[in-house]
Amino acid sequence: MLLIECPYCGPRPELEFRYGGEAHVARAADPATVDDEHWTAFLFWRGNPKGLHFERWRHASGCGRFFNCARDTVSDVIVKTYKAGEPKPDAARLMTGTTP
Amino acid sequence: MSDGFRIKGGRIDRAKPISFSFDGTVYRGYEGDTLASALLANGVHLMGRSFKYHRPRGVLAAGAEEPNALVTVTRGGGRSTPNLRATQVELYEGLQAESQNRFSSLGFDIGEINDLAGPLLGAGFYYKTFMQPKGAWAKLYEPLIRRAAGLGEAPRHPDPDHYANRFAHCDVLVAGGGPAGLAAALAAAQSGARVILADEQNEFGGSLLAETTATIDDQPAQDWVRATIAALNAMPHVTLLPRTTVFGYFQQNFLGLVERVTDHQAAPPSAVARERLWQVRAKEVVLATGAIERPLVFAGNDRPGVMLASAARIFCNRYGVLVGRRVILFTADDSAYAAALDLFRAGATIMAIADLRTNPTGPGVDAARAAKLPVMPGTVIIAAHGRLRADGVTLGAIGEDGAVRAAGDLPCDALLMAGGFTPTVHLFSQSRGKLTYDEARQMFIPGTSVQRERSAGGAKGTFALAAILAEGHAAGRDAAQKAGFTSEAHVAPQAKGDIPVAGGFVGAVPQPKGGVKGKAFVDFQNDVKATDIIAATQEGFRSIEHVKRYTTTGMATDQGKTSNMNALAIAADALDRPLPQVGLTTFRMPYTPVTFGSIAGHARGDLFDPVRQTPIHGWADEQGAAFENVGLWKRAWYFAKPGETMHEAVVRECMTVRRAAGLFDASTLGKIEVVGPDAAEFLNRLYTNPFSKLEVGRCRYGLMLNEAGFVMDDGVIGRLATDRFHVTMTTGGAPRVLAHMEDYLQTEFTDLKVWLTSTTEQWAVIAVQGPRARAIIAPLVEGIDLSAEAMPHMSVKTGTICGVETRLFRVSFTGELGFEINVPSDYGRAVWDAVWAEARKHDVCAYGTEAMHVLRAEKGYIIVGQDTDGTVTPADLGMEWAIGKSKPDFVGKRSLSRSDLVKPNRPQLVGLRTADPGFVPDMGAQIVPVANPAPGSSAQGFVSSSYDSAVLGRSIVMGLVAGGRARMAETVFITRLDGAAAPATIVEPIFYDPDGERLHG
Ligand SMILES: [Zn+2]
Repeated sequence: MLLIECPYCGPRPELEFRYGGEAHVARAADPATVDDEHWTAFLFWRGNPKGLHFERWRHASGCGRFFNCARDTVSDVIVKTYKAGEPKPDAARLMTGTTP
Repeated sequence: MSDGFRIKGGRIDRAKPISFSFDGTVYRGYEGDTLASALLANGVHLMGRSFKYHRPRGVLAAGAEEPNALVTVTRGGGRSTPNLRATQVELYEGLQAESQNRFSSLGFDIGEINDLAGPLLGAGFYYKTFMQPKGAWAKLYEPLIRRAAGLGEAPRHPDPDHYANRFAHCDVLVAGGGPAGLAAALAAAQSGARVILADEQNEFGGSLLAETTATIDDQPAQDWVRATIAALNAMPHVTLLPRTTVFGYFQQNFLGLVERVTDHQAAPPSAVARERLWQVRAKEVVLATGAIERPLVFAGNDRPGVMLASAARIFCNRYGVLVGRRVILFTADDSAYAAALDLFRAGATIMAIADLRTNPTGPGVDAARAAKLPVMPGTVIIAAHGRLRADGVTLGAIGEDGAVRAAGDLPCDALLMAGGFTPTVHLFSQSRGKLTYDEARQMFIPGTSVQRERSAGGAKGTFALAAILAEGHAAGRDAAQKAGFTSEAHVAPQAKGDIPVAGGFVGAVPQPKGGVKGKAFVDFQNDVKATDIIAATQEGFRSIEHVKRYTTTGMATDQGKTSNMNALAIAADALDRPLPQVGLTTFRMPYTPVTFGSIAGHARGDLFDPVRQTPIHGWADEQGAAFENVGLWKRAWYFAKPGETMHEAVVRECMTVRRAAGLFDASTLGKIEVVGPDAAEFLNRLYTNPFSKLEVGRCRYGLMLNEAGFVMDDGVIGRLATDRFHVTMTTGGAPRVLAHMEDYLQTEFTDLKVWLTSTTEQWAVIAVQGPRARAIIAPLVEGIDLSAEAMPHMSVKTGTICGVETRLFRVSFTGELGFEINVPSDYGRAVWDAVWAEARKHDVCAYGTEAMHVLRAEKGYIIVGQDTDGTVTPADLGMEWAIGKSKPDFVGKRSLSRSDLVKPNRPQLVGLRTADPGFVPDMGAQIVPVANPAPGSSAQGFVSSSYDSAVLGRSIVMGLVAGGRARMAETVFITRLDGAAAPATIVEPIFYDPDGERLHG
């Protein structure tokens, strides 16, 4: 069971969280102006990287907040968690220190 | 029977004799014995039959690694535990154990014929032998193999015991309580760290419990163990867990432990859990899991009476049992000499010490020679003889050319193997640490750590006692320091006088030219021979992972604890590749089998899942309602009167609602309070319908889509104030809908000032539906004008009912005049009782979910999740009317114009009027264009709702049909299980009161 650092509550067991899919997939401010191809990509196309993955989690059985998380899909190590709305961290810099 | 092999000494309590039975025969043992040691004391070596060949098998080891002596222990009340290792079963008064996998008796087993039919059962036999003829696998071969090749039987009755579950945190978890673990726990605890020390055995001490010559800090080793345990016990920040196996090492230093609480007791108190699962988050971990001795691979190495030298020494020194009187040792390791010396001193005759090494040296060899034991360097055992018990060996001399030549036979009643030790790296490997191959010593040892752990002692390949203690002490200090505790200057315990492990051998031992008759086993539990592994490599398997699966070596319940290294070495030799390149199979949890009970814990029976009951549940129960599960809810399904069938009850309930009225417990309805200055705009964006202009006191149907444009929920939304909405949704849908709303509120529409609160369980909901509904509630309601003018369909008012505050909705899910009375849950039952009392004056009834389904289907009202399947759009449902056309955006809007979602041939919701009014299709039945479609042709859709409508006197059916909305009046066919597909006409999905006159009464 992972120990996940909620940016609002601190470290909590994985049981309290729900996974929320890939992070930083922004919904267009005016979807009507987006063509079918780009809208389809927004809806369905998701990365599946071997390595660092930016993803959303929700502290469902805690504060209820969504937040973002950078997780190494090889080691399953959560490298960083940060509040929704904060900028996406630099991947190369994060990966230098993935050993827990 | 007499326990004639019992000798003096050992840690058993002779003042506490115990009688127990094995296969129905009663024996005597003592407290402190295991089942294996007590049987051996009675001269019983034969304890099991092997998996495939049904060969007689005796005990091989003395601990968790035991592959042969698997037993089933039964207790009263349906308790039966299969596949227990006799070496780990603690003796208690009245213990009943049975051997496994035998066809008649352990001594005479007709399955032993498999031993002669051996060539058929070699490597890959499952894949080769049983493939033809087609179909014979399931009917003939599999049942036969399951009967002939197997282990213990699963219990037949529900487990009457209960199991506990505990979460814990500590600074330092020490896995293993042998010399390294004790030294580590002591050092860490002295630094002030919170320590958990767990060991799978009943006593701490590990190998020291069988130690005779070594001293620690100038006292006998076992005295040091006693003093150390006393010191640890005196420290309140130390938790000692004997009989506790650390079975799994997971992410972020999260470990699984199972504590066997009562299995060693003759009469466990019923209030105490049988086992306790510990889930421990440790800041730092010390792995002191020791090492396991390897058998040597030669013909007949599985005969009862052939066992590991370390095991014989443990039985002798710890349990006071001689495993034989005429003992031969076969060794490549100095530590066997310690066993030989101890057995010799205990009265056994040492017939020979056959040492693979041409020039063995070391303190053990010197001591053996001084005691005039027959040391035979450069000697192998070519074969062991005997069927139910080893009775002799053929020796072989290794010449200077390396060739083996037969060197005569010797009799014996026990043959001890010492092939060196394999570090127990299971937990380290589970932690994802990288193993390193020590070329010189031919062993895998912990290399690079990935988590916050360190290994010490045998687990790290360290075997001299002084070094083990120093390493354990250092590991404990290091762990405590890294956990933030500054160590005081305690010194490591000092040891001397032991005969440490030195040397070893992996693979099959040298044989004379031309080979040897007889089976040489690598994996005892799965009956895998050296020749099977060689055959697998000859058939093209190159990786140990493939060899393992093809031969099943290492895949039994012991996961190859005694066999993996030998299998790997034999494969590497056959492939002529360096051993590490052939690979090492993955170590998976659990280290030893864990009961389902301990994992399930309290989550069984009524506690398997939470059960949600409404405030009115008790009333329905009193009325004899049948309940159905809807998510976690128990909902009243129908209220059958005495003698009534379900169908009759549902017909009566439906007709009563249409004729007079009915009461329905709708409390399970999902509810979310949406509050804030931007509440209306928020709902505009989350639902297809427009809410900005909805007046206070009015309600609107809401259809919720996901971003892909598919219907995910629906419900009625009432506006209580300009900034406050009472939003309802499907039963069970509330968590999903709330998460969806929170997602958009928190991450996309962050400009909106809205607060969301789940209120599902705050409100009890009493639906009163039918022409008499107003008359029923009128006498009870205060402060609300119930007239059709003041309170039309789709309105909400606040006031009181029976003196209780209420949110009174005029809504209908039946097509009749209807109200839904929301009252705080605590008053739900009282208000229901009052409404029921009033309702009885009008000759009405309570109805359940089944009648509710029929009534709504008569009106063509959909149920999301029944008439939709997650791929259905509003247009597919013919519900374009629910879409606010002037809204610039809502979740899912953009997707509705995607090319795929506007195709004309999409499955669309239609009504289906069966030609035979008595035909009520199965829900899920296929809709096809002809009565007898060609096999393999596609269906055009399926039935989503189907009921017998009493008020219409015929069946009513809805379904999703390709392009259905443009196919009105067309005939299609609906499949049935009891005959050819039957015709039906496509119609609008509304069957009763299409103009809605009854609704507005
Ligand atoms: Zn939180």
